[in-house]
Amino acid sequence: MGGQQQKKYERGSATNYITRNKARKKLSLSLADFRRLCILKGIYPHEPKHKKKVNKGSTAPRTFYLLKDIRFLLHEPIVGKFREYKIFVRKLRKAYGKGEWAGVQRLRENKPSYKLDHVVKERYPTFIDAIRDMDDALSMCFLFSTFARTGKCHVQTIQLCRRLCVEWMNYVIASRSLRKVFLSIKGIYYQADVLGQLVTWLVPYQFAHNHPTDVDYRVMATFTEFYTTLLGFINFRLYHSINLAYPPKCVVSPHFYSQKLSALSATLSRVISAPEDEDAELDHFPAEGEDAEALQVREKQQKGLDAQKRLFEGLKFFLSREVPREPLAFVIRCFGGQVSWDQSLCMGSTYNATDETITHQVVDRPNVDKKYINRYYVQPQWVFDCVNGKMLLPVEDYFPGVTLPPHLSPFMEEKDGDYVPPEKLKLMALQRGEKPGEIKFEEEEEGDEANADEDYDDDEEEMDNKEVRDEKSLKMIEKQRSQERAVSVMVTPGKVKAENKMRLEYEEKAEEKHLAIMMMKKKEKYLYDKIMFGKRRTVREANKLAAKRKAHDETLKANKKKKGKKD
Amino acid sequence: MHAVSKSSEPRKTAKMSKSREKNTKRRVVEDDEDQLDLFKENKDEAPQKQVEKDGPSDGEDSDDSDSEESVFSGLEDSGSDSEDSEEDEEDFEEEASSGDENQGEGSSGLKTKQELSFTKKTQGKPQREKLLVKEKTTAGKTVVLKGVAKDNGTVQGEKKSKGQAIPPPQVDEYEHDTSDEEDIRNTVGNVPMEWYQDYPHIGYDLEGKKIFKPIRNKDELDEFLDKMENPDYWRTVHDKMTSTDIRLTDEQISLVHRLQSGQFGDVNFNEYEPYIDFFSGETMIHPVTNRPQDKRSFIPSLIEKEKVSKMVHAIKMGWIKPRKPKESDLQFYDLWAKEDPNAILGRHKMHVPAPKMKLPGHEESYNPPPEYLLTEEERLAWEQQDPEDRKLSFLPQKFSCLRSVPAYSRFIHERFERCLDLYLCPRQRKMRVNVDPEDLIPKLPKPRDLQPFPTIQSLIYRGHSSLVRCISLSPSGQWLASGSDDCTVRLWEVSTGRCMKTVEVGGAVRSIVWNPNPAICLVAVCFNETVVLLNPYLADKLVYNATDQLIASYVEPEEERPQPVQWQVPEIEDSDKGFRLIITHPKSVKQVTWHSKGDYLASVLSDNSNMQVLIHQVSKRRSQNPFRKNKGLVQCVSFHPIRPYFFVASQRCVRVYNLIKQELMKKLMANCKWISSMAIHPGGDNVICGSYDSRLSWFDLDLSTKPYKVLRHHKKALRGVAFHKNYPLFASGSDDGSVIVCHGMVYNDLLQNPLIVPVKVLKGHTLTHNLGVLDVAFHPTQPWVFSSGADATIRLFT
Repeated sequence: MGGQQQKKYERGSATNYITRNKARKKLSLSLADFRRLCILKGIYPHEPKHKKKVNKGSTAPRTFYLLKDIRFLLHEPIVGKFREYKIFVRKLRKAYGKGEWAGVQRLRENKPSYKLDHVVKERYPTFIDAIRDMDDALSMCFLFSTFARTGKCHVQTIQLCRRLCVEWMNYVIASRSLRKVFLSIKGIYYQADVLGQLVTWLVPYQFAHNHPTDVDYRVMATFTEFYTTLLGFINFRLYHSINLAYPPKCVVSPHFYSQKLSALSATLSRVISAPEDEDAELDHFPAEGEDAEALQVREKQQKGLDAQKRLFEGLKFFLSREVPREPLAFVIRCFGGQVSWDQSLCMGSTYNATDETITHQVVDRPNVDKKYINRYYVQPQWVFDCVNGKMLLPVEDYFPGVTLPPHLSPFMEEKDGDYVPPEKLKLMALQRGEKPGEIKFEEEEEGDEANADEDYDDDEEEMDNKEVRDEKSLKMIEKQRSQERAVSVMVTPGKVKAENKMRLEYEEKAEEKHLAIMMMKKKEKYLYDKIMFGKRRTVREANKLAAKRKAHDETLKANKKKKGKKD
Repeated sequence: MHAVSKSSEPRKTAKMSKSREKNTKRRVVEDDEDQLDLFKENKDEAPQKQVEKDGPSDGEDSDDSDSEESVFSGLEDSGSDSEDSEEDEEDFEEEASSGDENQGEGSSGLKTKQELSFTKKTQGKPQREKLLVKEKTTAGKTVVLKGVAKDNGTVQGEKKSKGQAIPPPQVDEYEHDTSDEEDIRNTVGNVPMEWYQDYPHIGYDLEGKKIFKPIRNKDELDEFLDKMENPDYWRTVHDKMTSTDIRLTDEQISLVHRLQSGQFGDVNFNEYEPYIDFFSGETMIHPVTNRPQDKRSFIPSLIEKEKVSKMVHAIKMGWIKPRKPKESDLQFYDLWAKEDPNAILGRHKMHVPAPKMKLPGHEESYNPPPEYLLTEEERLAWEQQDPEDRKLSFLPQKFSCLRSVPAYSRFIHERFERCLDLYLCPRQRKMRVNVDPEDLIPKLPKPRDLQPFPTIQSLIYRGHSSLVRCISLSPSGQWLASGSDDCTVRLWEVSTGRCMKTVEVGGAVRSIVWNPNPAICLVAVCFNETVVLLNPYLADKLVYNATDQLIASYVEPEEERPQPVQWQVPEIEDSDKGFRLIITHPKSVKQVTWHSKGDYLASVLSDNSNMQVLIHQVSKRRSQNPFRKNKGLVQCVSFHPIRPYFFVASQRCVRVYNLIKQELMKKLMANCKWISSMAIHPGGDNVICGSYDSRLSWFDLDLSTKPYKVLRHHKKALRGVAFHKNYPLFASGSDDGSVIVCHGMVYNDLLQNPLIVPVKVLKGHTLTHNLGVLDVAFHPTQPWVFSSGADATIRLFT
């Protein structure tokens, strides 16, 4: 009879996971070291599918790591370095205590250190993987590069971050890969297209940081440690991919780190002087299963992209002193514009305000004392809106002192049914090459549509707006019919009712659907309800936004009228 | 000399600090100059010391250490402590010259003594300096230029400040140290005089005899008199030690005056003597001292040699290794030069990449469209929400220009939270549900293809004044019987909606059933405890007469058997109404139902005993209780249309009994809380159950005892269900006022499951007292459905 009794939790998912404490014990590391290791090696906890099984029947909240991950950590040379470091700290403390300064010196010289090259290679076996995961690295490095020497992290880290950021920005300029910029209240978002991957990063505005006390800077520093290594290697490879010498000459001297801006103004030295006509026409081959139309669309996109890359070419910008120089200079250079600023402000200026060939002067104050007649004075938002609109927008809306049009997020891609702000519609019309007059008309139309939308009751349980409407009218009709029957006792000559065939058909279909929904299985019904709930919510939100906008516009109009009357 | 011995201790500490100072200075010099210079200095210093040693020895025999000290003090700077050393040297001379003065002062001024010592010092200094200058000129070299420069600056200042700014430690020293001005007339010593307050004496003289206080103390009056009369009163001072009055001499008074005006105590002292520069800028020919160099200064050190040899040995043995060259840790290279496809391990495929940060929307802009800004109420609501619950983590704001945009205060926080998410947050790969909701809707045959079924309401039967609980169709389909809570039974013509007859009964009608046998015209009506068989006279005359005859032809059996119920023939007035038989039950009756043959009749009693169901045979007027045991509250019962089966629905299950074999065949679990109604498919293999928890369960008896399908079409409790006799239709009526007609096709092929498709939702009844439809019934031949409602109407849907 029967063999050995099967013990519980000795096979299956319970053996694939390990709790954090057990993992720590297995690696014989302190919690802090374990965390550092996890950060560096990119090991993260997993949520098991059957938590209770993995937790051996208990429902206590625990974090689980994959056992394989932890086994993988066992062979990590960094673990050994951690132990060495622990010993080093102990020795150093002892030497300090005894006042053996020579010993302290000697120990310090032999401080154990580790490299993260192999970790980078391990985590990102291919270059594309690394680029895909760059967002956080860039954001972190840009944040650290804005830190002052406050003792929150090592000065060398800050300097390294600055260097890497400058290198990265230089690459983006050189490769013209910036796509989108967004001025948010948190900072400036940039999006670049690097080797087909979209890389987004956030740069805080240039202010001194008010360092919070409830943030563990050690964790951030550990992340930065890895990120700087990663960024260094990525930069190296990227520079070489476009034939640039790495490290770039302008960045080498440490003096430049602090002045990101000046570093941006220098052109990079090329390893091999590349032939100028880089943009030789590439032949397009249709991908498999792609018809001619799709090919055309793709070609059109490519053309648009090329045009965007040369957006500011031939334009000469001058930045006033109150304008944030670094982002503007970066953006303008990314699209081929020339940029300069007052010499007294910062190094790297190439021409003066008096230069007659300047086409645009970026100004962020209500009025300018001395104006040159042959240049436009625009607010900084113009530059960013141009980049996002992929075209040079009319400057009239952006003159100094003028109320600016809203700055829209370029990252929002509205699907149908979503709310689209009228400014976006305007922009889209401009992009299509329509005249502003036509746009106005369209805008009104849009407004009407919005009106109609508002009329629907949001709380209706039906899924689509149209359906809601139809359903409602149906109900009305039925009600009327029943009432007629209830009331009419006397016989009246009947009227021929013109039956709307379309309507009837529609009713029939709606009813069919309704009945079919009744027959859904419980699980599917739940899912369906959920989806429909989400859809309805988005519709509701869009309606709300539209209503708000309408109210706003109306108050504006009323104010204008009042003013007109007063005048 | 007492003073000197006492003050030696503070001086020592001062000296230590001095020497340290000197050390530091020397270090500075070392840093600036070469090693050679240092040697020079040492060389220079050595002879200097020697000379110094010789110099003072001419005048007096002071010891070695003293002279050295003086050298240091002279060389570095004239600190206050050097003066003390001078003091010893000069004491002899001064003692002689100002001996008489000291005598006088001893008793009088406390401070004067101090001052004097200062004067002595300052007098002494120039002398010594002169001496040094002499030596220096012979040495011919300037040593430690810095020190000289400092001297030049400070000496003048010090001279001035000495009068006013007395260093505090010295003051203290003199306050407590009274030994040098010891008053030999009173030997009490350093004792507070208050201790002698209560004694007649004030102390002891040298011989040890008591010194008595003056016999009579001066009181205020004496004092005053003295002040008035004595011309020397202003210069008399009371000495507490001896308690005598002392008249100050002229010299003493002038001294006091001088001190008060901040001058030096000594009249003869000249503050502004010409200063002789010791360390001049000139280069001297000769060294300061004449001392020859030490041997050790030109012989290599043995100790050092030993150390070096040890190191050499260690290097030879390989114990000491050369320091590793510090490699700069920032060496970037092409890490992905050889992208190895094998490097992509299973790990990487299992890797769950962290989701990217959400891209910002319009509302995050520094200048968003106005509709994205929050209104006042929204803002308040946002503030009151928990930070975790907020949809937006920030308040949208609008700034008129870029330069007015402030720093975002939570920037570091957010980045940190992202870091935490990256390494602490458990990850799980989840399949994103990207389903088109239309795909979820099951593809059913179109209702149009399943016609005929009732689609619209075509007739309303009005007449009842209270809710209509039950309806029943005659087998021919021409007549409709309905029972209501207004204690009437109405009989309607189906096609016209005309009420043919109203029969009043003695209670609210709970159930009404038309006899399914077309040859018999009988309606079973139940109210209170009675079931009445009613002949409505609504059929062919032959038929209802035949029915009457059939009932009348009953012959009483010979032996009377005990019956659970009472069979009665109604009296004349009742029989005029149409009553033919009255069966009186012990408890109130809930439901009656006919067997398809029309002879047997089952009734359900609302009782919780074993006698809940009774089966009556009309032809023999016999009743029997088929169940011995109570198996739960019976809701309704039904006969199988073909076979001798009997369905009993209790609260949660339906039991199927074989009446011939008298056994339980099946127990159908309805999966609901409380069954309300039940209907049997005319084929007999399918059963539907309506329940109060708004479900309709379809059982396929061939399949299983579990429901084949549970339909949750209604929103409220189901009250009635019905099958159509010919068409594949069934209907259910519910408290939500709707009747749902479904297509329920049962195939002859046993392998094919029944097809259930809802085809129509019929609405018409209005809700009264939260009740909607109470009963539904199909027309026996047409695809019409009747429903009775709580709004006292019966509706026909065709």
